[in-house]
Amino acid sequence: MLSIKNLHASVDGKPILKGLSLEVKAGEVHAIMGPNGSGKSTLANVLAGRENYVVTQGEVIYRGKNLLASAPEERAREGVFLAFQYPVEIPGVSNIYMLKAALNAVRKARGESELDALDFIALVKERMKLAEIPEEFLYRSVNEGFSGGEKKRNEILQMALLEPRLAILDETDSGLDIDALQVVARGVNALRSPERAIVLVTHYQRLLNYIVPDYVHVLASGRIVKSGDRTLAQELDRQGYGWVAQEGAAASA
Amino acid sequence: MSVATESLDSLLKREYQAGFVTDIEADTLPPGLNEDVIRLISAKKGEPEFMLEWRLKAFRHWLTMNPPSWAHVKHPPIDYQDIVYYSAPKTKKDGPKSLAEVDPKLLETYEKLGIPLHEREALAGVAVDAVFDSVSVATTFKDKLARIGIIFCAFSEAVREHPDLVQKYLGSVVPHTDNFYAALNSAVFSDGSFVYVPKGVRCPMELSTYFRMNASKSGQFERTLVIADEGAYVSYLEGCTAPMRDENQLHAAVVELVALKDAQIKYSTVQNWYPGDEAGRGGIYNFVTKRGICRGPRARISWTQVETGSAITWKYPSVVLEGEESVGEFYSVAVTNNLQQADTGTKMIHIGRNTRSTIVSKGISAARGQNTYRGLVKILKGAEGARNHTQCDSLLMGDKCGAHTFPYIEVRNPTAQVEHEATTSKISEDQLFYLQSRGLSSEDAVNMVVNGFCKRVFKELPMEFAVEAQKLLSVSLEGAVG
Repeated sequence: MLSIKNLHASVDGKPILKGLSLEVKAGEVHAIMGPNGSGKSTLANVLAGRENYVVTQGEVIYRGKNLLASAPEERAREGVFLAFQYPVEIPGVSNIYMLKAALNAVRKARGESELDALDFIALVKERMKLAEIPEEFLYRSVNEGFSGGEKKRNEILQMALLEPRLAILDETDSGLDIDALQVVARGVNALRSPERAIVLVTHYQRLLNYIVPDYVHVLASGRIVKSGDRTLAQELDRQGYGWVAQEGAAASA
Repeated sequence: MSVATESLDSLLKREYQAGFVTDIEADTLPPGLNEDVIRLISAKKGEPEFMLEWRLKAFRHWLTMNPPSWAHVKHPPIDYQDIVYYSAPKTKKDGPKSLAEVDPKLLETYEKLGIPLHEREALAGVAVDAVFDSVSVATTFKDKLARIGIIFCAFSEAVREHPDLVQKYLGSVVPHTDNFYAALNSAVFSDGSFVYVPKGVRCPMELSTYFRMNASKSGQFERTLVIADEGAYVSYLEGCTAPMRDENQLHAAVVELVALKDAQIKYSTVQNWYPGDEAGRGGIYNFVTKRGICRGPRARISWTQVETGSAITWKYPSVVLEGEESVGEFYSVAVTNNLQQADTGTKMIHIGRNTRSTIVSKGISAARGQNTYRGLVKILKGAEGARNHTQCDSLLMGDKCGAHTFPYIEVRNPTAQVEHEATTSKISEDQLFYLQSRGLSSEDAVNMVVNGFCKRVFKELPMEFAVEAQKLLSVSLEGAVG
């Protein structure tokens, strides 16, 4: 589904990703771990198409096509979804209005009919159970005045509605207490399917107790320096990132 | 330049959709202004003597005045002798008695603008007075309203049919000496709308005036007077468009609102006069005086305006809060794109005890637009317990536009509470990226953020017009983000 080869990317002229390669197949869950500043969030943002994240080398092929050539909204319509580390507040725009506009934009691109208000409300109510979000959230402004946990659950709700093929969760666990973390994890697990790939970007192993990944990759200095199964995450939890980074540096030397 | 910016830029060229000209035979005076022109206007309208006297008094006063220079706008001096002060579509008789007699070309014009004047096809619950250049050409639902005592007609008709009411209230809120443009209007106004809602009557439909400037070189000087007698309620909406022309045309209107004891007037404006082109050629100079007075206790006046058009906007819809516990409100969205300039805001004059006012102003500047909020909150000595809250927000798109805020606060009573909040923000890349990453086009993302910014004002508009206002805003701002 997703094939990243030798990806180099800069932010404000500063190189962050330096030759990252990754293969993700449908049905798989990949965890990308690594210390602060290793390039985890840069990867997530490059995949979603954020401006200022400039790809200088390498390629990203998504479902057989060059992902980097398309605008963020085109990627979203093709099934790429980024759950934001810091979901953005949009004052005066109700959550339900934004959700409906987003879903219909995506449905239209898929050649499906747009949902009217009634059908949409039925659908969104069903999906809200998944994200364990109370109904009043629908009528509040997008993320405005939401707590950290509420914002993240709102991201999960969006993901559940948009049904992406490739979901990238950028530090969705950061800042969550254990209850909120479990809610998010349950939501993500419910969305696991053979047609869908999930990339979890996370600093901590904690999330992986609840969402068990098929593969764990360690990112250091803009490259994947080690890959393994979930036991790698547990090892990182015990030993920290230092040893992998050193191992990686030694390997590339 | 980002992908988003490019796609937006390519959309910049959407034309002003109301910019067509109606080819109709008109009765037009040559340009120029003197007492004879005023006498001629008055005679053409068959006015009683008091009206002509009032006009002449205003004209003589106007001659002693200078145009205001304090506004944050720039334009070359206006040659008042080069303006046509009267232009009316020619009619066979004295004027159309019913819609059936209105020139089909005129009906077609309003149809094109989305304002059907056939009552059967009209928006349910909206009565329309259509003003074309200098005259009112049609008023719908007039008979139905008359049955419950509401007078809704062309101003010139009111002068003839209800001279007592006109004489009593005309100039009682905006005197002919008020300011340069109001004085000019008082001298030369040709038509407009007149509304009187009698005691205790709640007007069952939205009343609306649609102003259309068609003739070249013409100015439009309409006068609107709305009177809500004790305990009455009326909601009034005005809309405006003009053809695209290279010259600047002057629109100097006066609107007076009078709310007696326990009466309420809601006055909404969706202003879409031709704004000029990208290089700043042409467009309407919209120099308008709007003021309401809450004359009795618990009266309430609220102004809602969505200003997207005009090359220059100079207007300050105001409320004089005379009655105890009366309430004044001002909700405004003003957009300036390309080379448009707006200097707009309000005045809330608190005279009575426990009077309250609310000001919500949302300014949006794009391209090289200059947007100024200018507001006065004045609490007089006797206004015990008066309160005002002002919220003034500016949204900037791009880095060549400007937003300016000039709040004036004068408080003469120590028990008054006056609050002023102001914010200025740039439309955020984060917000746009967030929405785009959910599948929305960059254009839809901008619209969504801007509409959210304006929501508090839009929700004050009558339903149908809130939808119109949103559409208008998205057209006005197309290509604005860069």
